[in-house]
Amino acid sequence: MSVVALPDRAARPEPGQRSRRWPVVSISIIVAFVLVALLAPLLSPADPYEQSLRLRFRPPVWEERGSWANPLGTDRLGRDMLSRILWGSRVSLAAGVVTVLIASAFGAAIGLVAGYYGGRVDATLMRVTDATLSFPVILLALILAVTVGPSFTNVVIAIAVILWARYARVIRGQVLTLMQLDFIAQARIAGAGAWRVITRHLLPNTLNTLVVLVTLQIGYVIIVEASLSFLGAGIPPPTPAWGSMIAEGRDVITIAWWVSFFPGLVILLVVLAFNLLGDWLRDTLDPKLRQL
Amino acid sequence: MLRFVFFRLLQSLIALAILSVVVFVLARATGDPLHMILPMNASEEDYANARRYLGLDRPYVAQYLSFVGRAVTGDFGNSIRARRPVSELLRERLPNSLKLAAFAMSVSLAIAFPLGVMAAVKKGTGVDRAAQLVAVLGQSLPTFWVAIVLVEFVAGRLQWLPAGGADSLASYVLPGFTLGWFVVAGMMRLLRSGMLEVLDSEYVKLARLKGVAERRVVWVHALKNALIPVVTFAGIYFAILVTTAIVVETVFAWPGLGRLAYDGITSRDFPVIQAVVLATAVIVAAVNLCVDCLYAVIDPRIRYSR
Repeated sequence: MSVVALPDRAARPEPGQRSRRWPVVSISIIVAFVLVALLAPLLSPADPYEQSLRLRFRPPVWEERGSWANPLGTDRLGRDMLSRILWGSRVSLAAGVVTVLIASAFGAAIGLVAGYYGGRVDATLMRVTDATLSFPVILLALILAVTVGPSFTNVVIAIAVILWARYARVIRGQVLTLMQLDFIAQARIAGAGAWRVITRHLLPNTLNTLVVLVTLQIGYVIIVEASLSFLGAGIPPPTPAWGSMIAEGRDVITIAWWVSFFPGLVILLVVLAFNLLGDWLRDTLDPKLRQL
Repeated sequence: MLRFVFFRLLQSLIALAILSVVVFVLARATGDPLHMILPMNASEEDYANARRYLGLDRPYVAQYLSFVGRAVTGDFGNSIRARRPVSELLRERLPNSLKLAAFAMSVSLAIAFPLGVMAAVKKGTGVDRAAQLVAVLGQSLPTFWVAIVLVEFVAGRLQWLPAGGADSLASYVLPGFTLGWFVVAGMMRLLRSGMLEVLDSEYVKLARLKGVAERRVVWVHALKNALIPVVTFAGIYFAILVTTAIVVETVFAWPGLGRLAYDGITSRDFPVIQAVVLATAVIVAAVNLCVDCLYAVIDPRIRYSR
């Protein structure tokens, strides 16, 4: 394996070394998010599905009628908001990770092949990529939801089918630069075949970029999944998902603002954490990469 | 140039053709529509008659061709819910969506341009940090949630602006800003990084050495080249705008295509969904075509590379 530093003009020292410091807050939020998702059954104070009509629309604990039994209040069916938010993290984490893994694996493969072979292969693959990039994700998910029915699998498929194109574009760009470098030519002279050059020489050199993109895209996927659940084309009820919780709270926001407010706040925090971490990773690992 | 436009147009048509096949297949893959139309006690004969009447007994290729033929002439059948031709609904809703998108786009450009350029010029200062904050928030805030919170607080509790509908200019403000927010963030980032790169280049230094006024160096010499990445991504941003519009129109009760799509889904109104998806795809493809041609005009390298 040969790792070669890419010539990067943007690597000039930044004024103030702010970006070099570890983003502790982002990392803590992400770690907490993952832990909560894994340990939701242990952490949540109540059953997220248990309804209690007597306890409908209890406000959060600091409001007048609030109680510690439901620290963040209850929703329309008297379900505990805190527990539902904790459980909702599972959907977001799973959707984010699974979708991005599928999309990045496929996208990176296309990008590597297009960049390696160039010519007609490259042109064809990039046209497909461009066409995919410009297709609205939500519309595709809506079609799937209406025809096949809303489900977790369909959300993942709908987003991944579009998202891979971003990876393909960026990775292909990198591979084109790498192909100009001597070590690739040397590898080929030494008799390395396409498979070997791609997996042993090109792929390792694009890993930094992949890591940055993956981090930035997890946040994006969480938002798209939440939008879909909000529109009723995502995770079907009663499974707790942040997007559908916001949708449920929408009609009652005048009398119970907390039902929509808290899930949205949690989405904001988690996505913000992923984006800040992604930005930091990009500045650290790969300053040349532009925001996609 | 003409050759370029021609091939690009051909690509768009192929992409649209593929999409129409997907829509067609998905519509057929969900089971026999007759189960939904005919009563429970319908006989085999009723089914056969209905199938012949609706043309469902013909081969799939023939069905597809007539589907496309009708779609091209703007005939998408009747909405199941509204009991009106879908084309009428489209004609009613499309202008509203376009107006909102145009408003949102102008707002975004008006904010993103000065902010992005200033952030690059005054790198590391308060302006830059403010711009970065806008950018990262823009990409982290769930639009639909922002919309709901705005409706409740700005329109509901404070009564400053109308919460929904498209009656007055004031009703554009909330949905327009909500819709434009994400685009502002992305464009500003691109402009900032583009400007940083260009401001560092030799020709900008030369312009400065020649004594060109700094304002002219930044806003004319540098900006021109920093615009190239922005134009490249304009098509993608438009697709994102369309996507976001579905959510925003739903929350603000905006009588546009997005709202139509949402209503279509909640009521399983398939002809409407089919029409909205195809119409949107055509619009997105057209915008992308324009963007690519514009791109080829700005950057001659693109024209000659194909």
